[in-house]
Amino acid sequence: MKAYAFIGALASAGLTAGVAGAATLDDVKASGVLKCGVNTGLVGFASPNANGEWEGFDIAFCRAVAAAVLGDGSAVEFVPTTGKTRFTALASGEIDVLSRNTTWTFTRDVDLGFSFAGVNYYDGQGFIVRKDLGVSSATELDGATICVQTGTTTELNLADYFRNNNISYEPVPVETNSEAQPLYLDGACDAYTTDASGLAATRATFEDADAHMLLPEIISKEPLGPLTRQGDDQWADIVRWTLNALIAAEELGVTSANLEQMAGGSNNPEINRLLGTDGDLGAMLGLDADWAKRAIAVSGNYGEIFAANIGEGTPIALARGLNAQWTQGGLIYAPPFR
Amino acid sequence: MSDTHAHSAAFVRTETLPEMPPPPGETGIVKWLRANLFANVPNAILTLVSLWAIYALLAGFIPWFTNAVWSAEDIRDCQAQLDGTRGACFAVISERWHQLLFGIAYPQDQYWRPILAFILLFLSAAPLLFSKLPRNLLVLTLIYPFLGYWLLWGGTIVAPLVALAGVLVGFAVYQRLVTGSFAMGFFGGIAAAFVAWWIGGFITGAAEGVLALEPVASRDMGGFMLNMILGTVCVSLSLPIGIMLALGRQSDMIIIKWICVVFIEFIRGVPLITLLFVASVVLAYFFPPGTNQDLILRVIIMITMFSSAYIAEVIRGGLAALPRGQYEAADSLGLDYPQAMRLIVLPQALKISIPGIVNVAVGLFKDTTLVSVISMFDLVGVVRGPIFSSTEWAGVYWEVWGFAALLFFIVCYSISQYSQWLERQLATDHR
Repeated sequence: MKAYAFIGALASAGLTAGVAGAATLDDVKASGVLKCGVNTGLVGFASPNANGEWEGFDIAFCRAVAAAVLGDGSAVEFVPTTGKTRFTALASGEIDVLSRNTTWTFTRDVDLGFSFAGVNYYDGQGFIVRKDLGVSSATELDGATICVQTGTTTELNLADYFRNNNISYEPVPVETNSEAQPLYLDGACDAYTTDASGLAATRATFEDADAHMLLPEIISKEPLGPLTRQGDDQWADIVRWTLNALIAAEELGVTSANLEQMAGGSNNPEINRLLGTDGDLGAMLGLDADWAKRAIAVSGNYGEIFAANIGEGTPIALARGLNAQWTQGGLIYAPPFR
Repeated sequence: MSDTHAHSAAFVRTETLPEMPPPPGETGIVKWLRANLFANVPNAILTLVSLWAIYALLAGFIPWFTNAVWSAEDIRDCQAQLDGTRGACFAVISERWHQLLFGIAYPQDQYWRPILAFILLFLSAAPLLFSKLPRNLLVLTLIYPFLGYWLLWGGTIVAPLVALAGVLVGFAVYQRLVTGSFAMGFFGGIAAAFVAWWIGGFITGAAEGVLALEPVASRDMGGFMLNMILGTVCVSLSLPIGIMLALGRQSDMIIIKWICVVFIEFIRGVPLITLLFVASVVLAYFFPPGTNQDLILRVIIMITMFSSAYIAEVIRGGLAALPRGQYEAADSLGLDYPQAMRLIVLPQALKISIPGIVNVAVGLFKDTTLVSVISMFDLVGVVRGPIFSSTEWAGVYWEVWGFAALLFFIVCYSISQYSQWLERQLATDHR
């Protein structure tokens, strides 16, 4: 019994050794660089360009946090993680924040011991079909062959959805997105299903993109967001409120273009509190007064980041949809800066 | 005699017929076609089917290759330039070749360093590979690991010099002690090397900027360069370790024997990918944050352990193939164990093992692409991550995979050709 207790203590000591240095903020400030876990590559969300500089929607958030904490949006060490290595990298302290299109679920939040900072992209599973198939809704896909990636939640969601709607389908299992694309284009399947953002990115690479359409139905909830280790509330607050600052900036009309002018003082007291000309919100976080201003200065507010990386002006051409501000009928909503 | 038949036969030919050309079906291309391709009906059918298959492949491939676009902004630009014709989009290679070769983060103005290290690799490996070259060149081989490290990782030259000094000190101690006993020389040498490194650590700390190249972090290594680093380092480390394990497994000393047996059987019983996950994921839990050990180092240790277990078994096969008489002959000459192994047993056993060792080496080199699963950007990692996920090039498949396959094929085929040449060189029997 004693031996077991000893081994258990040893193991937990080993496990907690990684998280013992609880003050992540101090560690980040001491090293002068934010270690940010990102995807090894996802179109529009995280990808190194030809010069090796990381770009994308998730990358912009890392840079905003680095700017808020360290004053320099380029003081980020991007640690590429796969779906398998991402959680251990965060738990072991190899990275300070994980910004890797990670779905916020109960078990990840509660059981794995992470704190989600919020949702920066509401994704969901959708379908893509050829327009000449003459289908305008997923409920009309009765008897269709559908390409689906095996071993993912999309496979389960697909089965649930078709059973709920009492229609039949024939699955064509594929391993990866790059395998599904030629199959779908060659007509091996009538429809292809995966996350809607992935479908849009895939469609953008088609030679005849206009001959394909995404169906309106979204059959699952995939709220994606950045996360930190549980147990360091100050650090989790910094990450959460950096995200909220970007969102609030869009709502309040603060953009990278008018940031300097707004920071000089405005009639809106919430803008003044956000940008640090009024109140001491920064000090409460353990940062200085300009933290949010710096975060917004790197690549603009939430809407600008969205438009630059995955918005309708880019080849991926995602509509804001659920990711519009709550004032525009979307779900993106920041608590008040007060 | 000549007119014997004059009465019995009406006509007798007195001169020999001139040589006639063979019938058209029995010579040249026709004969060859008939014998090899159209010998009977099933063969003829197979030939026609094969010809059709080859035609179909080439008819698809050649236009695809000749129509290729070599310069474009992105895949949409490629498609616009091709304008509906079938053709490759090699523009992705011409834009991203440096990432495929050197990874995404190696500083671009420092590419001469890995290139130089690559060229020097051949120069310094040559004296090991070709026994006819002057033996003095082996000095270059000895220096190369330290020089290569300095070129690739940068930093001060003092650190690799200290490492080299440690090795030399260790070797000197070994030479001095080995006359007493092999084990004493072996362990004494290792201990001396560690002492030298420990002392040298202080010098390195003091001489930070001496002849310093721009330092490059391990995380920034990538592309085919990473595969080459892992492949060469792990193969060259696992060969001596594998020999020691193979000898240890045959040892009479029970503890050494069992250590080797357990090590080999454990490592061979575990998939390489598991070891890599241990290196990248599990070990991270046991180091305090901030003291993160170098990921490449962890991966090199794991792959070396893996391949040395395999090489040990290959060499054990070679040892087992030697007749008992060879060991007894060594004993009867009065050679002690290290001498007998070095002069009589191992040269023969290693010669027998060449095909197996090369097999392991080629397999290992290709297995280095598994590190892409633990999110390192080796050649496959760069293809699957940065290139497939860039907004410019998502949707390009055959071109990049073909390029990656070509690089691997060149290296693996060269290794295989060298090993066949080596076998012919070492053939001492009469077949």
